Amino acid sequence: MHKDSILDIEHLTVRFPDKTVLDDINLSIQRGTMVSLIGENGAGKTTLIRTILHQLKPTKGKIIAHPGAGRRHLEIGYVPQFRNIDTGYPLSIKSFVGLNRLKHRWPFYLPQEHAALISALKRTNLLKLQNIRLGSASGGEKQRAYLAQALVNDPELLILDEATASLDVKAKNELMTLVQQLNQSDQLTVIFITHDFELAQKYTQRFMFLNEGKIETGPVADLSEKFLEAHA
Amino acid sequence: MFVFEFMRNAFLASTFIAITCGLVGVFVVARNLSFLSHTLSEIGFAGAAFGVFVGLSPLNGMLLFTGASSLIVGTLSVEKSHREASISAVSSLFIGLGILFLSLSNKNASYATNILFGSIVGISVAEVNQLILLSGIALIALLAVYRILVFDSFDGVGAASQNIHRNLLSMFFLILLALSVSIGAQIVGSLLVFILLTLPAASAQYMGRSVPSMLAFSLGFALIGVWLGLYLGYVTNWPVTFFIASIEVVIYLLSLIYNRWQTN
Ligand SMILES: Nc1ncnc2c1ncn2[C@@H]1O[C@H](COP(=O)(O)OP(=O)(O)OP(=O)(O)O)[C@@H](O)[C@H]1O
Ligand SMILES: [Mg+2]
Repeated sequence: MHKDSILDIEHLTVRFPDKTVLDDINLSIQRGTMVSLIGENGAGKTTLIRTILHQLKPTKGKIIAHPGAGRRHLEIGYVPQFRNIDTGYPLSIKSFVGLNRLKHRWPFYLPQEHAALISALKRTNLLKLQNIRLGSASGGEKQRAYLAQALVNDPELLILDEATASLDVKAKNELMTLVQQLNQSDQLTVIFITHDFELAQKYTQRFMFLNEGKIETGPVADLSEKFLEAHA
Repeated sequence: MFVFEFMRNAFLASTFIAITCGLVGVFVVARNLSFLSHTLSEIGFAGAAFGVFVGLSPLNGMLLFTGASSLIVGTLSVEKSHREASISAVSSLFIGLGILFLSLSNKNASYATNILFGSIVGISVAEVNQLILLSGIALIALLAVYRILVFDSFDGVGAASQNIHRNLLSMFFLILLALSVSIGAQIVGSLLVFILLTLPAASAQYMGRSVPSMLAFSLGFALIGVWLGLYLGYVTNWPVTFFIASIEVVIYLLSLIYNRWQTN
């Protein structure tokens, strides 16, 4: 166990009836870092994330979360892999971002919840766009809205599941620059799932490479070697 | 017009119907359940006919049938691509059953038209009270799950990553829908109750950009429809349901035009 880790994964095994997706994985994620999670289609990246989010039970092993000072549990923000928002989608960006406030039951937001909502919009540069319909927003603006929704509960750990996949190069870099700013200004720890080595090397410090149930980690500088090795 | 007791009853009943259907409808439209709500109203017709046949009130027969079939639809949870076909099959069966029960119970044809097309005469105080009670239950149920229902209806993918019991919620909503269909059918009839469950809410989607504003618009549109419809029906002696349907369609078209005009 590391001194300043936000997550410790110990001997984690996840097995589905027909296959073992994660096989005795050990891993620590350092607080305040940006890490990419890399692996081929079907390698088990989403499975690992779903286990971290408690949506799947580990077959064996455990995941230990270390919430920061003054927090009771580790709040995780998650931007899922696929979203289906079409052009007729009626909610404004602000309303969409607020959907994720589930801690209270009232139909109306409490003042502190409203403040959290505004803060999430501010952090994603959406304050000016908050009242436009999400359906009419551009691809990059939509991704920022998804990001804002994941931030609205003020998470310590942010997980992006291929959030850049559908964006053009410019929008990709804008989104990643934004995430990098959040990482630096708010000490937000980030796990970034991607197939894009270039983005991984440009914006994250370390990689986790998932292959045949095992995980390897290292600084992103070693990523090209790792890739060549796996495909030799 | 309020000198007549039946008008007072009809007015009170349709107010609560509009509140329930207007609010629940926002989620019906967001969850893409317009088609299912149409089917449920046909099932409601069969339920009402069954009620008459066995000596229950039409409303109780409807509650029984729509409640049971929404449970069945919920447990089947058929794949999306096959859902419409299986729902059509279910609805054909139930319309057939409704006709059978009606003919077996020896009621005259006007009774059938009342169930199908609605009627404002002959709603007793006791029935109004039952409607108000059922509306109250529906609204409390809505309030109890409000935030997760909003999340799940307007962003299913996002909600799926939040450890919500989505299947349970879905089932809960289907029962709520069955309740609303049965309530709504008492004035506008089972053939057209889906109007109140879908059109005000669909119009509201063009007008509002937040869920509370959509709820407000939908509620307002539903109330305008039933109040004005009742009044016009009273004045002209034409069927109230005709007016309600026409008013809601006009509101829908105006909202659509407003939306086009606004986005240009
Ligand atoms: N609930 C499940 N039951 C059975 N098998 C599953 C389940 N979920 C995932 N799998 C299998 O586990 C493997 C890993 O899937 P996962 O979605 O984690 O991959 P991934 O790395 O996220 O892939 P991609 O890059 O395509 O998103 C796949 O072979 C998948 O078919
Ligand atoms: Mg995946």
